[in-house]
Amino acid sequence: MFEVLSNEILAENLHKMVVSAPRIARARKAGQFVMVRLAQGEERIPLTIGDADAAAGTITLFIQAIGASTRKIVDTPVGGFIRDVAGPLGKETHITNWGRVACVGGGVGTAVLFPLVKALAEAGNQITTIIGGRSSRYIILADELTPLSENFLVTTEDGSMGTKGFVTQPLSEMLADPERAPRAVFAVGPVPMMRAVAELTRPYGIETIVSLNPIMIDGTGMCGGCRVQIGKETKFACVDGPEFDAHLVDFVGLSDRLTSYRKEEAARHAATECKLGREEAK
Amino acid sequence: MSNKISASERMAIERAEMHELPADVRNKNFEEVNLGLDSEQALSEARRCLQCKKRDCVAGCPVGVSIPEFIDAVASEDMPRAAQILRGDNALPAVCGRVCPQETQCEALCVRGLKGEAVAIGYLERFVADWAMNHPDQLLREEAPFSTGKSVAVVGCGPAGLTAAGELARQGHKVTIFEALHDTGGVLRYGIPEFRLPKEIIDREVSVLLELGVTIECNVIIGKTLTVAELSEDFDAVFIANGAGLPTMLNIPGENLKGVYAANEFLTRVNLMEAGRREDCSTPIIKRSEVAVIGGGNTAMDCVRTARRLGAERAMIVYRRGEAEMPARVEEIKHAKEEGVEFIMLTAPLAILGTEDGWVSGLQCQRMELGPPDDSGRRRPQPIEGSEFVLPAGVVINAVGTNANPLLTATAPDLTLNKWGNIVINEEGETSIPGVFAGGDIVRGGATVILAMGDGKRAAAAINEYLSRKEG
Repeated sequence: MFEVLSNEILAENLHKMVVSAPRIARARKAGQFVMVRLAQGEERIPLTIGDADAAAGTITLFIQAIGASTRKIVDTPVGGFIRDVAGPLGKETHITNWGRVACVGGGVGTAVLFPLVKALAEAGNQITTIIGGRSSRYIILADELTPLSENFLVTTEDGSMGTKGFVTQPLSEMLADPERAPRAVFAVGPVPMMRAVAELTRPYGIETIVSLNPIMIDGTGMCGGCRVQIGKETKFACVDGPEFDAHLVDFVGLSDRLTSYRKEEAARHAATECKLGREEAK
Repeated sequence: MSNKISASERMAIERAEMHELPADVRNKNFEEVNLGLDSEQALSEARRCLQCKKRDCVAGCPVGVSIPEFIDAVASEDMPRAAQILRGDNALPAVCGRVCPQETQCEALCVRGLKGEAVAIGYLERFVADWAMNHPDQLLREEAPFSTGKSVAVVGCGPAGLTAAGELARQGHKVTIFEALHDTGGVLRYGIPEFRLPKEIIDREVSVLLELGVTIECNVIIGKTLTVAELSEDFDAVFIANGAGLPTMLNIPGENLKGVYAANEFLTRVNLMEAGRREDCSTPIIKRSEVAVIGGGNTAMDCVRTARRLGAERAMIVYRRGEAEMPARVEEIKHAKEEGVEFIMLTAPLAILGTEDGWVSGLQCQRMELGPPDDSGRRRPQPIEGSEFVLPAGVVINAVGTNANPLLTATAPDLTLNKWGNIVINEEGETSIPGVFAGGDIVRGGATVILAMGDGKRAAAAINEYLSRKEG
């Protein structure tokens, strides 16, 4: 059992939870994730370890509560318990001092990006961080990312914060400017965003790393459900990833596989909505 | 011997038939197919054993169960003694009585099989194990072993790990099992379906170990949460039995279409996560009326019979050799056929076909014929020119096998591995790291539950020996 020590709402449907998990906190490196199962009978969900405090024995999880299972997880109150947290899984991010790097985050992907920015900053990189969201309500971790970044840029689709538009705009400006062009780009966010970033950097031949979040069951390399096509090879995101060379990722295949259970998820979502409605009506 | 009956009387008794759920009932639910023998059947079956001096059956058992002795106790209607003998040799008798391929092991060597049918050793094992579970008050109490003060870490809570843990605990060592998943049993729980091995059986076998003082820590992934080096530091010995790993891909077009499963994913969803078995299950599973399972082993049988139970009208085995070459147990093949599974033999998949929106629509296949024997001694399948055809299917399951799991070995550079990534051990089961032993699928590649258990038992003996040497 893993105790929930804090549970804050960062944005709509986005929670930051600090969970007691001493062994994972000690072993964990940037880029790794945990498999979480709230209770008996619940799904196993992969969640990136956003941050960790080895001395305090805690890990921080950023959870986007959009499915029935994630909503139940974020409903756990402080002092409550998560039954299963297993990890750290996946390979750690390859961190080196590239010099100038760009880190691009979209929506909840920003939470996955955060530990990478932290590790890249510790390694002495000059970081331009670009984060985007639909509106200011979806911009997270700005206060945490600002001090780690040499440049910190925000884009919103409605212009309610930072520049109006998408993260790809400031990135393409950077790429076109030899003075500011990064040596490496890290991008985490929705699949279309990561794909757009990959296409932007491809002509420049700039090393581009994305963190993928395909469907997973065990997270330990047993089931093969998280397979993704990387160039000519089939890779398993849980053991070979979750980070891959963006220029080799088959994003079309990845987004298609992500829709495998859309119908079932919708049905389950509807079922829990109904129950909530009934409970409120009582 | 209290059961004084003559050899000719023994010879005259016919082999017991296992009670089974009717095929047209069981192919719609997940209840156990084999119902076990009743007391009368068990007594009669036990009396079929000639109690011969050669004891070949014992040599055929990977864990060396004292078969004639426990059967004699059954024949003498001394169930507590039968249970004591069986439990003394086998940490998981209720599991083995259900999933062991007795027909190729103990029963294959039974002298009665030379002329007629072998004694149903497996049925009797299950009968005794189930009796023991249901009569805990009548069991002869195990004496608590004298504590040696030594500790052993066991990596993996599957058949090899559980067996080793039981043996080591009985020798007085403090055992801690580390399990990567959220529940116990390893492949017994995520791999073998409920209708062959009810989960309750695993729970009860595990509880026996807990009573012996074994500690089980779930959600600990050795190689990730903790390393082998850390275990070596904290424990006097380590046994690695973390099982099989990544599924072997078919490497044919269409493998990433929606509706293509590796056997482990399909079985884990249904067995461990209960997808399709509970109305309100949070883990989904894709159900289709036509399901093609590629492979001919027990895992393929488990997948196809599960697919049938999930509602597939056509649940099909697609195998490139013939039925005689299938590695699956005879009983599994028989049960599958009774349940309406179709066997499409001498057929190899060429490609998985899909719809425009990325769902599986069929399997492009090719007919095969058997040529001369290959390295495995089985006749090599060869394609028949121009025999391509399409098998309609909405779900395709790849049950051709697994590769070695790299999670643990990646962070243990001192472990010597073979070219396939499996851990290399010596005759005692010891790895290249002193005090670290290994067994089961991480050593063998894909094998059976009982072979893994045999490894666990052998390793436990070697670890015990190692620990007593270490003391001196």
